[in-house]
Amino acid sequence: MATGMTFSTDTWVEMMSGRDMAGIELMKIADEGQEFALILSEESQIAKSKLGQIAQKYPDRVFDVGIAEMNGIGVAAGLALSGKVTFFQCFGPFLASRVDQIYNDVAYNDVPVRLIGTHSGLTSGGGPTHYTVTDIAIMRAIPNMTVIVPGDANQAARFMRIAMTYPGPMYIRLPRADIPMVYENQDYKLEIGKAVTAKEGTDITVIGVATGLSAAVAASNRLEDEGISVRVLDMHTVKPLDTEAILKAAAETKGIITVEDHSIVGGLGEAVTDTLAMAGACVKVKKLGIPDEFAALGYPEELYAHYGYDAEGITREVRAMLGVSAPPPKDVKD
Amino acid sequence: MPEVDMKLVADLEDKVIDIKKQLFDMTYHIGIAHLGGSLSLCDMAVALYYGGFLKFDPKNPKLPDRDRLILSKGHTACLFYNILSDLGFYPRENLLTGYNKIEGKFGQHPNRKYVPGIEASTGSLGHGLSIATGMALAGRMDKANWRVFCLTGDGELNEGVIWEGVMMAAKYQLGNLVLIVDVNKYSGGGPTSVVMPMEPLEDKFKAFNWDVVRIDGHNMEAIVKTLSALPPSDSVTRRKPICILSDTMKGHGIPWMENTAIWHLGGLDSDKVEECCAIVENQRKVRG
Repeated sequence: MATGMTFSTDTWVEMMSGRDMAGIELMKIADEGQEFALILSEESQIAKSKLGQIAQKYPDRVFDVGIAEMNGIGVAAGLALSGKVTFFQCFGPFLASRVDQIYNDVAYNDVPVRLIGTHSGLTSGGGPTHYTVTDIAIMRAIPNMTVIVPGDANQAARFMRIAMTYPGPMYIRLPRADIPMVYENQDYKLEIGKAVTAKEGTDITVIGVATGLSAAVAASNRLEDEGISVRVLDMHTVKPLDTEAILKAAAETKGIITVEDHSIVGGLGEAVTDTLAMAGACVKVKKLGIPDEFAALGYPEELYAHYGYDAEGITREVRAMLGVSAPPPKDVKD
Repeated sequence: MPEVDMKLVADLEDKVIDIKKQLFDMTYHIGIAHLGGSLSLCDMAVALYYGGFLKFDPKNPKLPDRDRLILSKGHTACLFYNILSDLGFYPRENLLTGYNKIEGKFGQHPNRKYVPGIEASTGSLGHGLSIATGMALAGRMDKANWRVFCLTGDGELNEGVIWEGVMMAAKYQLGNLVLIVDVNKYSGGGPTSVVMPMEPLEDKFKAFNWDVVRIDGHNMEAIVKTLSALPPSDSVTRRKPICILSDTMKGHGIPWMENTAIWHLGGLDSDKVEECCAIVENQRKVRG
């Protein structure tokens, strides 16, 4: 878990991996004596993987399906049908695409399988075959499915604990590696289906998930210096969506910007704009994310800047929505 | 091989005819049913449920120690709906009034949330073995003695995920899992040997480290002998999973339904129901 400056933030922020934190939490849950089953795809043999470590310590409850995700989902459903809360973690691009098994085995059977897709959005840096950019769209279209995108690593860990008792299927979306920590402490209320106001604001609302959330917080901090007040909503649950928080933002602020490391087709942005349209809310909206194309090659931070959904891109969109110009650059003296 | 109880065999053969007649009657009432694959599977299904090879309690469908039967060829739910109602899981009236209706619970493919005795909602082919494998692993986690049966067709062996499940069950050496393939040689579209040849199936399963037995799936004595010879269900001890290749005939028992894909899904008017029932009754008489 490194610390460093990244994702176009203006200050050094702590970076942590949601995958690691979720794995550490799951190990704690196992150590407490709580029962669950865990399906892995190759990861049982990766010593540095936190889930691989659970496989070593608790081999009777961890099953590795190899490179066979469809079967992994079905096996998870079978375990869950037999009363076991079952986690299945693998690369997101190879999970959400196995929609037949997710739709039928998990969702139609309505069982407590927790599908954890890693390498969300463009975080793999591996090109279109390894990007996970349609998963939110797929998952939110499936009945019974709850769609979770943790805002930071600590929140990912908290969702592991919630997953132990929450009824029905869940999809939990995690980035490949470290992402900025959004919350300094964990005293905020975390509840499925209830957005967290990560930052209060009155001019514009930015609704973000994961790296989109941390970038929104960074943009909000930057704009504060320009006298612009940006509310940031952490929409960690994309389904069921907190429509109340969205409509409140539409009523109380002049515009809504959504930010997601996902296609702008079918994702958070569409969920939000659909809510606004169905409610007849008249408010400016802008969806930031990946356009309807196979995304370009590169490192995530470069790509976020390229597609305009990093902190700088969000800052630009807020100013544009309010019709204000960027302040002149400050004189820099040595 | 244990001695075969020929009285049991005769009783099961009688029950097959009863269930087939119920199936025809249901098809008339509801309009349409997957008859071809149900008729091919009927002998095996009746043997499992009425021969004492499947542990269950109609009054307590969620009995923890029950055996699990996963119907991977979910389109033959109509056969199992009749068996389950006959066994007292629910009144037959529920089935006749609730099949394929907006407010009904009995779909062309089964939903485990609505139909007592159905363990998993299936219909999309190839899914059952993975689910059954997960259940067998759950049984091992609990050191339980119940067994998991998975019923597939031969056409659905085309699905790649079947072979992912075959690998997994062999890797974990699930001694509490039995796969029964209803090799009726026809999928909904045509002969499996033409659509996508899968033979030699014994060699395939053996190569994947399964124990395989191939039987005549319309010979009740052979079915009873095979099911009687299954080792006790043991979730903990590791051994090869078992595959029973049950050679059958699509549409078995009704000459104009046999060996054709046309009766994969079809309806029966009252005359046809009468004719079908007369044909199977005659088979009872011929057998004596």
